[in-house]
Amino acid sequence: MTGPPRAMRGGPSCDRDSMTEPVLKLSGVTKAFGPVMANENVTLELRPGEMLALLGENGAGKTTLMSILFGHYVADSGEVEVFGRALPAGSPRAALAAGVGMVHQHFTLADNMTVLDNVMLGTESLLSPTRDTGAALTRLTGLMERFGLRVNPRAMIRSLSVGERQRVEILKALYRDARILILDEPTAVLTPQEAQHLFATLHQMVDQGLSVIFITHKLREVMAASDRCVVLRHGRVVFEAATAETSAGELARAMVGSDIPRTSRPEPRQGKEILYLDAITVRGRGATPLLDGLNLNLRSHEILGIAGVSGNGQAQLADLLSGLIVPDDGQMVIHGKRVHAPSPAAMLAHGVGRVPDDRTGTGLVADMTVLENLSTEVYRLPAFARRGIMNFKALASRARQLVQAFDIRCPSVDTPVRTLSGGNMQKLILARVLSGAPSVILVNQPTWGLDVGATAYVHQQLLDAAARGAGVVLISEDLDELLQVADRIQVMYQGSLSAPVPAAGVDRAGLGLLMSGSHASPNAATGTTARSAA
Amino acid sequence: MLMWEFIIPLMAAAVQSGTPILYATLGEMMTEKGGVLNLGVEGIMAVAALAAFVTSFATGSPWLAFLAGGTAGLAFASLHAFVCITCLGNQVVSGLALTILGLGVSTFLGVPYVGLAAPGFDPFAFPLLSSIPVLGDIFFRQDMLVYISFVIPFFFWFFFRRTSLGLHVAATGEMPAAAAAAGLKPVALRYFAVLTGGFLIGLGGAYLSLAYTHLWTNGLSGGRGWIAVALVIFAFWRPGRAVIGAYLFGGVMAFQLRLQAMGTHIPSSLLLMLPYLLTILVLILSAWRGRRIDAPAALGTNIEPEA
Repeated sequence: MTGPPRAMRGGPSCDRDSMTEPVLKLSGVTKAFGPVMANENVTLELRPGEMLALLGENGAGKTTLMSILFGHYVADSGEVEVFGRALPAGSPRAALAAGVGMVHQHFTLADNMTVLDNVMLGTESLLSPTRDTGAALTRLTGLMERFGLRVNPRAMIRSLSVGERQRVEILKALYRDARILILDEPTAVLTPQEAQHLFATLHQMVDQGLSVIFITHKLREVMAASDRCVVLRHGRVVFEAATAETSAGELARAMVGSDIPRTSRPEPRQGKEILYLDAITVRGRGATPLLDGLNLNLRSHEILGIAGVSGNGQAQLADLLSGLIVPDDGQMVIHGKRVHAPSPAAMLAHGVGRVPDDRTGTGLVADMTVLENLSTEVYRLPAFARRGIMNFKALASRARQLVQAFDIRCPSVDTPVRTLSGGNMQKLILARVLSGAPSVILVNQPTWGLDVGATAYVHQQLLDAAARGAGVVLISEDLDELLQVADRIQVMYQGSLSAPVPAAGVDRAGLGLLMSGSHASPNAATGTTARSAA
Repeated sequence: MLMWEFIIPLMAAAVQSGTPILYATLGEMMTEKGGVLNLGVEGIMAVAALAAFVTSFATGSPWLAFLAGGTAGLAFASLHAFVCITCLGNQVVSGLALTILGLGVSTFLGVPYVGLAAPGFDPFAFPLLSSIPVLGDIFFRQDMLVYISFVIPFFFWFFFRRTSLGLHVAATGEMPAAAAAAGLKPVALRYFAVLTGGFLIGLGGAYLSLAYTHLWTNGLSGGRGWIAVALVIFAFWRPGRAVIGAYLFGGVMAFQLRLQAMGTHIPSSLLLMLPYLLTILVLILSAWRGRRIDAPAALGTNIEPEA
């Protein structure tokens, strides 16, 4: 996707590689958190003017490694060398001074402060009596011009979009004369267009002599944008190659350690309409409505994907289908019956199963046991309770069955849920939801933070549920996920949904345009516009 | 003209009784700008008031006593800083404990001094400025500590708007991770905010025993610490609004005293409720305006240490 800049740089960067010392060298870095080895004897080099991709599944130790480099963590053993000099451990200040800049996955920007203040933070001596904002502004504007990273320096961070915030993070590093830029999952929150723009900017930086490491688990980005790639698994470097000499398949096998489990997908069937949202509006407290005339039409036997950049109303749509908010306008019809007073209990009674995005916040009670969490939607049913006295024997045997059927790895059903891995938590939630045989299933960001195996499991469960006749609303910010499992896709932008397009044969660019609001009119024939944009 | 004779002295009294509240409000505001909630203001004021009184009584120097009050406030606040910032204790619980402890300690240690008098600060006409009509009578026939309190909000504003250290403290209150990523030490910055804040709160306590009265009685702080906590919210963490709020409350307190002195038929206990009714009203109004967004984003949360 970023072909031209790479092609232009191809020749000279190869010469530099052979002649110059690495700008950054990690040797034998080991870090354990209790019994867990986050990094084990990791050795890594970054050459000048190079774009290095650091790959690995969640929990492979990528972020820990970069945090050691940046001084947030102190390694148990091993050394970090920047431009030939050893970097003192555990000091972000030393890392900054040595020319290392880091763009964290969760931005470290203060919302209530201006762009300029955030950029200047920590760059001036405490001894200077007043801050020289004038000079800082000139310098910042210069950097913006040079790298094409435009943001209003006087704007409050809270008023900026996610893409703009990322630009501020990069500017922060450049402002401090970073020569090495590290980006942790930089495209996780961006639209495809924004991601493309980001990589173009990074290539521009590399052309101007900076070196870049970006952490990711998206193979497509690695293949398109990097010069070289290093794969981490279980804290160890398991694979290293020039990007041109490897393939996505090889990288995927290196990441997972085996072939990726494949999801089998049944032929799409035309079911009958089971959920119908008509011009739903939720006003909220702000000036713009949270949901704005939203239309959605779900059939049985299908997975309807909801794409979009987060913050465009996905949370409200999920809350609506969970019965947590009552729409101000419009109507919700399930199985031909209008839902007059939405509430969590009413939605449950209408056969809506819910898999929320925040597993430990709203999905589970982390301090309660597997048994208790599996029982939260059924404990009042006559089979499990009589006159308010719960029948724990029945609940426990049900829980044991579910643990087995859904392969939830836990010592016993009396284990507190917080000790489970993310994948097992998600299995638990799926077990609870699917055991109720819901006809409508709302799934919000179901594979966030899960490894490839757990992700495939979740996808397979959703596909199976659809095959059994349920309709699934799948909200996800990961386009790859939607293209993989959804039958139709609608794009959410500023509280309304585009017209649905079939997932088969849809092009990313078209969806990307919809995600950035370019063709945001929900009533336009967006299916055709999306394809014509290709 | 009768109205003027009533209103001008009332407003002058409002400034005087608003001054300790102003010191305490700015102290709490400083603490909260750094991200720490300190509900121990009431206790810190009580302890500082006693420390100031005892120092003045023993040395005869009101200036030394004023500084002693601030230092006592700083020392007492350092307990809170240690519990919350170093031990990651709950800020609400620690603050409440500090208030209860401070009230108890000051009452206990103050027993030998009850009813005694010590040298303090007396009002005097500020040269030139006191001759300004009306304003001069309200603002410039006060004691030295009131004049000092006029300057502090400007320093406060300058500190957060124009100095690097102020930016660092504010960043720590907004997002400690951002400060850490910029190579700063958020823990040290929070200590700075809590201790400086404690010093200012202590000055407010010292005002009570050195200028507001010149003698020691139990319960001098009289709920002013709580009012200061509420005023920080009312002021949206801005020093200018803190001045307005402090004088507003000072006015209500002075007005209530005057009504009692004039012998109205309203029961005095009802009048004593006025400042607190106003506190509740002010908090409701602040909440209504939905300006919670002005609060430091990391207020009340502790900084978990990295592994």
